[in-house]
Amino acid sequence: MKCMSTPLVKVVDLKKYFPVKGIFFTKGYVKAVDGVNFEIYKGKTLGLVGESGCGKTTVGKLVLRLLKPTSGKALFEGKDIFKLRGKELKEFRKKAQMVFQDPYSSLNPRMTIFDTIYEPIKIYKIKVSDPEKFVVELLYRVGLNESHLYRYPHEFSGGQRQRIAIARILALNPEFIVLDEPTSALDVSVQAQILNLLKDLQKKMDLTYLFISHDLGVVRYMSDYIAVMYLGQIVEYGPAEEVFEKPLHPYTKALFSAIPIPDPEITRKREKLRVPGEPPSPINPPSGCRFHPRCPFRQEICNREEPEFIEYEKGHYVKCHLYSRK
Amino acid sequence: MKSEHLPIIEVKDLYVNFYTYAGVVKAIDGVSFTIYRGETYCLVGETGCGKSVTAKSLTKLIRPPGRIEKGQVLYYREPGKEPIDLLGLSEEELRRIRGAEISYIFQDPSASLDPLYNIGYQISETMYDHGLISSIKEGFLKAVDILKSVLMPDPETRVKNYPHELSGGMKQRAVIGISLSNNPRLVIADEPTTALDATVQDQIMDLLKKLKKEKNLTVLLITHNMGLVADMCDRVAVMYAGRIVEEADIYELFKNPLHPYTKALLKAVPNPVKKIDKLESIPGTVPNLIYPPPGCRFHPRCQYAMEKCKSERPPEIWVSSTHRVSCWLYS
Ligand SMILES: Nc1ncnc2c1ncn2[C@@H]1O[C@H](COP(=O)(O)OP(=O)(O)OP(=O)(O)O)[C@@H](O)[C@H]1O
Ligand SMILES: Nc1ncnc2c1ncn2[C@@H]1O[C@H](COP(=O)(O)OP(=O)(O)OP(=O)(O)O)[C@@H](O)[C@H]1O
Ligand code: SF4
Ligand SMILES: [Mg+2]
Ligand SMILES: [Mg+2]
Repeated sequence: MKCMSTPLVKVVDLKKYFPVKGIFFTKGYVKAVDGVNFEIYKGKTLGLVGESGCGKTTVGKLVLRLLKPTSGKALFEGKDIFKLRGKELKEFRKKAQMVFQDPYSSLNPRMTIFDTIYEPIKIYKIKVSDPEKFVVELLYRVGLNESHLYRYPHEFSGGQRQRIAIARILALNPEFIVLDEPTSALDVSVQAQILNLLKDLQKKMDLTYLFISHDLGVVRYMSDYIAVMYLGQIVEYGPAEEVFEKPLHPYTKALFSAIPIPDPEITRKREKLRVPGEPPSPINPPSGCRFHPRCPFRQEICNREEPEFIEYEKGHYVKCHLYSRK
Repeated sequence: MKSEHLPIIEVKDLYVNFYTYAGVVKAIDGVSFTIYRGETYCLVGETGCGKSVTAKSLTKLIRPPGRIEKGQVLYYREPGKEPIDLLGLSEEELRRIRGAEISYIFQDPSASLDPLYNIGYQISETMYDHGLISSIKEGFLKAVDILKSVLMPDPETRVKNYPHELSGGMKQRAVIGISLSNNPRLVIADEPTTALDATVQDQIMDLLKKLKKEKNLTVLLITHNMGLVADMCDRVAVMYAGRIVEEADIYELFKNPLHPYTKALLKAVPNPVKKIDKLESIPGTVPNLIYPPPGCRFHPRCQYAMEKCKSERPPEIWVSSTHRVSCWLYS
């Protein structure tokens, strides 16, 4: 994993607690993100997986500085993004972008496709000699064409709208894109089109992705590295192939075995690690290892001490007491 | 598995339209299939292909602007006996069948539960309505057993809980408990786990498998998830734009898909246990069913489309006794 270069994005012990408001004072905190560390190298994709509410979107927003962290750092090109000001901040805002899950709500229904895609150019006061030609070129890059220029979002299908949202982002020539469940609202046949488009753009433009999804098939297809989240923490992180072939953490194993495989021979015969219950509330997370109430391998230490996030094999990290004594 | 191929439901040439302001949506266009006793039959397909409308049509749950235009739903109440056509029954007669003999589990458990009553009451009420118990009080005791059978944690407490006090997975367990409380013969599960997390989905699917075995249930499972299809079904029908394009035994369908849509769909699903270099995608999008393409409804997206495909509806072709396909390539 460690190339000689420095990572484009690096997150150090990042935390985000949301206050839970009582009538007079704060009753407690949702520990949405609670001490997260990872790195993403230029041109690579980090896949962030985990179940609903584990903190994926919050991580995505933090690394784009769309939210203020409770503590911790997020570095972009070596600089702490939460300390950027003025021109540097503006540059960062151009270089780092987000694509959301819902292509229906992320576009303004009253704006033509041309205006939608050209809007960021106006906001950042970028000089473009021929706006129409500029937008048409972007449309071609995402598989649309000039016939779509002066139409409105409602005239497009979900997949086409997601293409438009991507074109809008590409207008700013970004380097880093957070893709938050970009295909979960789409059908499988259209999902494949969008995933292939994203891969293609990545190769051509040397883009770096943080790819958030709960669909493991999609994440495996897209990612070079995988981070598995549970209740606000990353419990396993490593090269995608290694994490998929040799998952270490009991939660990763349970999550992987819970996904039905689109092949009856494989899915019916494989061995599964079944875990009981559901993820508990991030307001009062369990003591020690947060997975311990559901973990079939729990030991005596697990509810007392929080396991460290250790590099168990080269580049493959895990947060579990089963591995900490190697 | 298929208990000597005795049918429980036979859908024949079903047509359903929706009369909207924009025009007539030809949602179900000549759908036929048979579900055998004891099997899990699956309808799979992408958004809007007609899975839910088909499922609801079985017991005439289609409400205006929708209308069942044509077709039969033969229900073999007792094996080997004369069937009844559910579409010919009155609402009163259907209500007696719904929930008792044929019950539904829908995607959103919250929508199936009444927020004002506790779980025990809701289970009791269903049983009481269908005359299985003589008082609600008796129902509460039975409700605990039912919650135990759906593996609800701590059933004695949960029976007194209101829906908002339960997690998503627990709610769906309660809904399954309610729908099984009258020992139905057929359970129609429409995307029962789509709203749930992966590990919870897996628990619910395990539960369905277990209950199916114990109670010899017949299940119609509706999903868009090819993984669930592979995991759960005995036979599967692939729907596209209001029609069944292919139907086969589960192993057969995955090994030897015939319809160009099925083939493409299977190659478009990213498989988490395989390293895939390039997913295949299907060009274009699902058609608008107000103006469905003539001929084969898949032809505008099909790489094998011939002249004939553009004008004539492909017939149902049985390539073996367990495999049929509607595509001109096979006639
Ligand atoms: N603005 C907010 N105020 C209070 N709590 C929040 C806020 N945003 C998120 N949360 C809480 O933080 C936790 C993590 O939320 P987040 O949206 O990051 O999860 P996620 O992993 O993206 O989930 P999903 O898969 O459902 O999108 C959740 O418990 C959520 O309810
Ligand atoms: N109330 C309605 N009014 C108008 N059209 C409807 C209505 N209900 C369903 N339809 C149409 O009927 C078709 C089939 O819908 P159906 O709900 O059966 O799809 P589905 O396969 O269950 O999709 P999904 O996977 O999204 O649940 C769709 O084209 C839909 O637009
Ligand atoms: S630390 Fe303990 S409880 Fe947590 S996952 Fe590992 S074995 Fe299970
Ligand atoms: Mg999210
Ligand atoms: Mg549906």
